[in-house]
Amino acid sequence: MEKTWNNKAWFMVLPVLLLVAFSAVIPLMTVVNYSVQDTFGNNQFFWAGTEWFEEILHSERFHSALGRNLVFSFIILAIEVPLGIVIALNMPRKGWGVPVCLVLMALPLLIPWNVVGTIWQVFGRVDIGLLGHTLEQLGINYNYVQNPMHAWFTVIIMDVWHWTSLVVLLCYAGLVSIPDAFYQAAKIDGASRWAVFRYIQLPKMNRVLLIAVLLRFMDSFMIYTEPFVVTGGGPGNSTTFLSIDLVKIAIGQFDLGPAAAMSIIYFLIILLLSWVFYTVMTNYDAER
Amino acid sequence: MARIDLNHIRHAYVPNPKSDKDYALKEVHHSWEDGGAYALLGPSGCGKTTLLNIISGLIHPSHGQLLFDGQDVTNLSTQERNIAQVFQFPVIYDTMTVYDNLAFPLRNRGVPEAEIDRKVRETLEMIDLGSWAKKKARGLTADQKQKISLGRGLVRSDVNAILFDEPLTVIDPHMKWVLRSQLKQLHQRFGYTMVYVTHDQTEALTFAQKVVVMYDGEIVQIGTPEELFERPKHTFVGYFIGSPGMNVMPVQLSGGMAQVGRHQIQLPSPSMPAVSGKVELGIRPEYVRLGRLGMPVKIAKVEDIGRLKIVRTRLEDQEIAVIVGEGQEIPTDPHIAFDPKGINIYADSWRVGGL
Repeated sequence: MEKTWNNKAWFMVLPVLLLVAFSAVIPLMTVVNYSVQDTFGNNQFFWAGTEWFEEILHSERFHSALGRNLVFSFIILAIEVPLGIVIALNMPRKGWGVPVCLVLMALPLLIPWNVVGTIWQVFGRVDIGLLGHTLEQLGINYNYVQNPMHAWFTVIIMDVWHWTSLVVLLCYAGLVSIPDAFYQAAKIDGASRWAVFRYIQLPKMNRVLLIAVLLRFMDSFMIYTEPFVVTGGGPGNSTTFLSIDLVKIAIGQFDLGPAAAMSIIYFLIILLLSWVFYTVMTNYDAER
Repeated sequence: MARIDLNHIRHAYVPNPKSDKDYALKEVHHSWEDGGAYALLGPSGCGKTTLLNIISGLIHPSHGQLLFDGQDVTNLSTQERNIAQVFQFPVIYDTMTVYDNLAFPLRNRGVPEAEIDRKVRETLEMIDLGSWAKKKARGLTADQKQKISLGRGLVRSDVNAILFDEPLTVIDPHMKWVLRSQLKQLHQRFGYTMVYVTHDQTEALTFAQKVVVMYDGEIVQIGTPEELFERPKHTFVGYFIGSPGMNVMPVQLSGGMAQVGRHQIQLPSPSMPAVSGKVELGIRPEYVRLGRLGMPVKIAKVEDIGRLKIVRTRLEDQEIAVIVGEGQEIPTDPHIAFDPKGINIYADSWRVGGL
C-alpha cells in the first residue's frame, strides 16, 4: 500500500493541543506576561523586565516563607514516610481486617481540605476542642493562636493525620504484591525480621515509595488550604508558607507583577526539587 | 545430613477437619533414609508441596510427628531445623550481588567471612556463575536466577536435608538436563539427603534412587524406578508413569484365567487370592504383542514417536495401546497377546496379584 505523506495528521492532535493550550499554556503565559510588567489601574501596563524577579529573589519575606516551607516539607516527610511504612507493615494481609483497615486509611483522604482545616481548627481549641481542652487539662498551656510552636505542632499533626494514609496505601499495595515464596525463602535462609524488611520488603516498595515521596513533597510544598483555615498563616508570619504568602501578595495587596514573578520562581523550585528527588531515588535504585 | 521420619503426619488447611476430604495430606507415615535421593512424584494438587513444607517447617502439620535422626522437631522453626529448600520460581534478593545472594544464608547464621568466601566461590563454580559474582542479581535471566536459588540451597554444607520444589520448571530443556545431572553428582559427592518434588516422571526417574508417588494426599507407592514401572501398586501409578501409561481394563477372574469381554487370558500365577470389588487387569503397552496370534483387534490410530510407534488398538470396547518397534510391520489382520510377565491384577485400584 502506498503511503500518503501530508500534514493532515496534525488535525488529529489539534483537540489535545487546544485543551493543553487553554488549560496550561495560556494561563501560564498570562502569568509570565504579568511577571515582566508593572500594572496600574485602567489596564495600564509598563515594561518592568526582570525587576520583579530580582526583588522577589532578594526579598527577606520570600526567603523566610521558602525556609518555612522547606522545613515543613522536611518534617512531614520525615514523619509520614517511616510512619506510613510501619503502619503498612503491620496491616493485616487477609481476613475481615483488610477492608476495615483500608476504609479507615482512606477516610482522611476523602475529606475536603478546608473541612480538614476546620476539623483541626475546632479540635485544637482550648474551650471546646478535644485536643486543646485535653492538653490544657494536662497542664500544658496550649494555644495555637498565639504560640508559634503550638501552631506548627498543630499544622504538622494535621498534615500527618491527613496524608500518612496515602503513604500507607501505596506501601501496602507494594507489600501485598510480594509473593509468599520470598518470605518462605527468607525463613529457609534464616533471615532476621530486619533482613526481610531490608532485602525483600523495602526493595519491592521502592517504586511506590518514590511516588509517595514525590506526591507528599509536592503537595506539602504547595500546602495552602489547611493552614490557612487553622492559623491563617499566623501567629505573625510563623505559618505563612509560600502559597499563603503568594495569595497575600496577589489578592491581598493586588501586586500582580511580584505575585506572578513569585509564582514562576515557586513553580521552578518545585520542578527542580522533584527532579532532584526523582533522580536521586532512581539512580540509587539503578546503582544497587 | 539426617534421617527424616514422618510419623503419621496429616495436614488440613481448613481449621476443623472432619472427613478425609478436608485433608490435603492424608496420613503419611514414611522415612527418608540419611543420604537418600528421593523424588516425590504426583499430579498438581496431590499434596507434594504440602509434605515438603511440613518437612521444612513452613507448615505445621495438623497431626503427627516429624523426627530428624530420632529427635522430635515438629515444633521447631524452619531456621532451627536447618533445612535448605529451593522453590519452583526463582527467589533472589535483587538488590544484592550474585555473591551476596549466596552468602546471605551463611551470614545470617554467623559463619566466619573466610569460610563464607570459600563456600560461596565453590558454589559459584558449581552453578557456573563464577564470572557473575560481582553483578547485581536483578538483571539476570530466569535461568540464572533459578541457579542462584539452587546455589543458596547448596551453599550450606551442614543442612539436614535439601528440598527441591519443582526447581527446574522455569529452566529451559537443555539447562534442565545439565542441572539435573549436576544435582545428581552433588548427591553422590556429598551424600546430602535430597527430596525432589516434581510432576515430571522423567525428572523423577533420572534423579532419584527411590521415587515416592503421591496421589490425592496419600503416598501410593515407594520404589525404585524399575519397581514403579514393572509392578505399579496402584492403577494411578500405572497411568502416571510411562508414556503412554498402563492399559487398565475390567476383568472377571475364574481359576487361573481372566476374562476380558469374550476373551480368556492366561494369568501368570494360577493361584490368585480371592478378590472382591472392582477387578482390573493392568498391562503396560511395552508388554502387549502385536501379531497374528491372540485376540483380534481393530487399529484406531498409529502414532510415530521416532524410534517407536504407539498403536492405539480396540479390543471390543476396550482401548489398548501397544508399543512396537519402528521397523515392525502392522499386520492387516491384527491380533494382540499379553506377555504374562507384564500382567498385574488390581482390586479397587490396588494391586493384588501378578507375577
